[in-house]
Amino acid sequence: MTEVPSAFDSSDIIISCKDLSKSFGGIRAFSDVDFAARRGEVTAVIGDNGAGKSTLIRCLVGVHRHDSGQVFFDGRAEPFTNPDEARRAGIETVHQNLALIDELTVAQNLFLNREIVRRFGPLTLLDRPAMKKQAQQMLSRLSINMPSVTQRVRRLSGGQRQAISICRAVGAGAKLVVMDEPTAALGVQETANVEALIRRLHEQAVSVILVSHNFDQVRRLSDQIWVMRAGRMVASVRARQTTGNELVALVTGAA
Amino acid sequence: MSEPPLISPAHDAPPPAQSRRPWAAVLLDVSFWADWASVVGLAGLVVVFGITQPIFLSTANLQALLLAAAILVVIAIGQTFVVATSGIDLSLAATIMFGAIVLGCVYSAGWGILAACVLAIAVTSLVGFFNGVIITLGRIPDFVVTLGTLSAITGLGLILSGGEPTMVSSPFLLRLASGSFGPFGYPVWVAIVTAIVAHIALYHTRFGVHLLAVGGQVESARSLGIRTNRIKIAAYTISGFCAGIAAILLVARIGSAEPAINTSLLLNSVAAVVLGGVSLFGGRASILGPAVGALMLTALVNGLTLLSVSAFYQPLAVGIIVVLAALIMRYQR
Repeated sequence: MTEVPSAFDSSDIIISCKDLSKSFGGIRAFSDVDFAARRGEVTAVIGDNGAGKSTLIRCLVGVHRHDSGQVFFDGRAEPFTNPDEARRAGIETVHQNLALIDELTVAQNLFLNREIVRRFGPLTLLDRPAMKKQAQQMLSRLSINMPSVTQRVRRLSGGQRQAISICRAVGAGAKLVVMDEPTAALGVQETANVEALIRRLHEQAVSVILVSHNFDQVRRLSDQIWVMRAGRMVASVRARQTTGNELVALVTGAA
Repeated sequence: MSEPPLISPAHDAPPPAQSRRPWAAVLLDVSFWADWASVVGLAGLVVVFGITQPIFLSTANLQALLLAAAILVVIAIGQTFVVATSGIDLSLAATIMFGAIVLGCVYSAGWGILAACVLAIAVTSLVGFFNGVIITLGRIPDFVVTLGTLSAITGLGLILSGGEPTMVSSPFLLRLASGSFGPFGYPVWVAIVTAIVAHIALYHTRFGVHLLAVGGQVESARSLGIRTNRIKIAAYTISGFCAGIAAILLVARIGSAEPAINTSLLLNSVAAVVLGGVSLFGGRASILGPAVGALMLTALVNGLTLLSVSAFYQPLAVGIIVVLAALIMRYQR
């Protein structure tokens, strides 16, 4: 059960890493981690607080620079040195803090830093009608209900904000969407909504990496589950073939 | 848990705020007054002064009022860009003085008025640029840096000028100050053009959206790849640029470059921005609001003068109005 798929060069794999290690000063975040996510699947990374999940993901998308080992994205080795490069290559991250701007509208947030523009001679001006229209389409593609795309984000609920953040990630035509604890701060109903959203991404064959410590959620949503414990990757299991008890055992090391 | 379902077709979300509401409800809504404080205030002043002193509404007085407001409008717009990034430029009035002195020195050195004006704007823009660079790269609070700049360039201005005013008797500046096109004097047109350009920059360019994003949540903006430092530096540079324009208008108006800071200009620029509904916490701004705020403050002074109220009462009135406006702003949505 704890074997790791060896097909790191397979075209099936969208992102992977081999023997990856990272320390902050003298503190080891994780070491010798192997990981791979398949195209079109939801791949979960679970583990206790401090197991190294978030840091691993941040190394994969270029926020942190790993100390040793290799990262592969879409067949390329060592792809990114900063998150901007990762974003341009097609990795969208839904940050834990959502990275929304409260005072801007839904449409402005959806298109932030990739605004649609029109050229008027030397001037490059925003095409606001086009952005509003496409924002509407992006939301309806994921069946997100939003009173208006010209509403300020400040006035939205937690679940709506999460939906906007996910919608922005997917709307960019991302090859891979990375979500760090997407339902950590949400209520029961809103969690259900966000889970439905992730399922819809799955149906549309978007590759997703989901960081979570909700074992039930992970079993409901994902295809492959990777388990980290104290800075090590200790297991990789198919979600359908595992049980909640097994995951608990793997995470706590009681197995 | 009564949250309307996000993604199910049946939702009972409250109707969007944009839908038409009865005007009575709008008038009872504090956020309406917050958004329109400067316009409502200006309208109120026009009515009050128009009734108590009919000469206030005479064409000549209104033209004089607009002329007097032009400089304040220009620097309120500059201040708006900085405040939109949740910063503040306290060096604005000193930068104007410095720009005026540079203009005077260059002109009296015989370089011609065009070179003098261009250099004045270049120098004030540079002052703004340095403000921005030190604030972002040095990670020092904006008010400390701009307060330091205020003192430093005041001193530099005194050194350059030897503490003496420089006469600038240029036909070009004389025409700029006294000439008019259509109903407005040239300085008013300068203010109008500045406002239009600023409005386009704020609402219709990527820079404008990124500016508001940086002012709103700087961390979020950075994680989306916006170069937040560059945006902030640009905002301070714009503020300096506006100070340069104001310096030219000021020298044109008084005919000389004086090494004296007009402190009320700095306070009034912040006051106009606050009256204009721009959030001092950043992320929310308009150009029309501060421009109308500047008009309102000038109308206040103008009206009080017409009513023969002692000039000593004017700062008091401005202070009260600004604090009231800031209180109302808390109810903005």
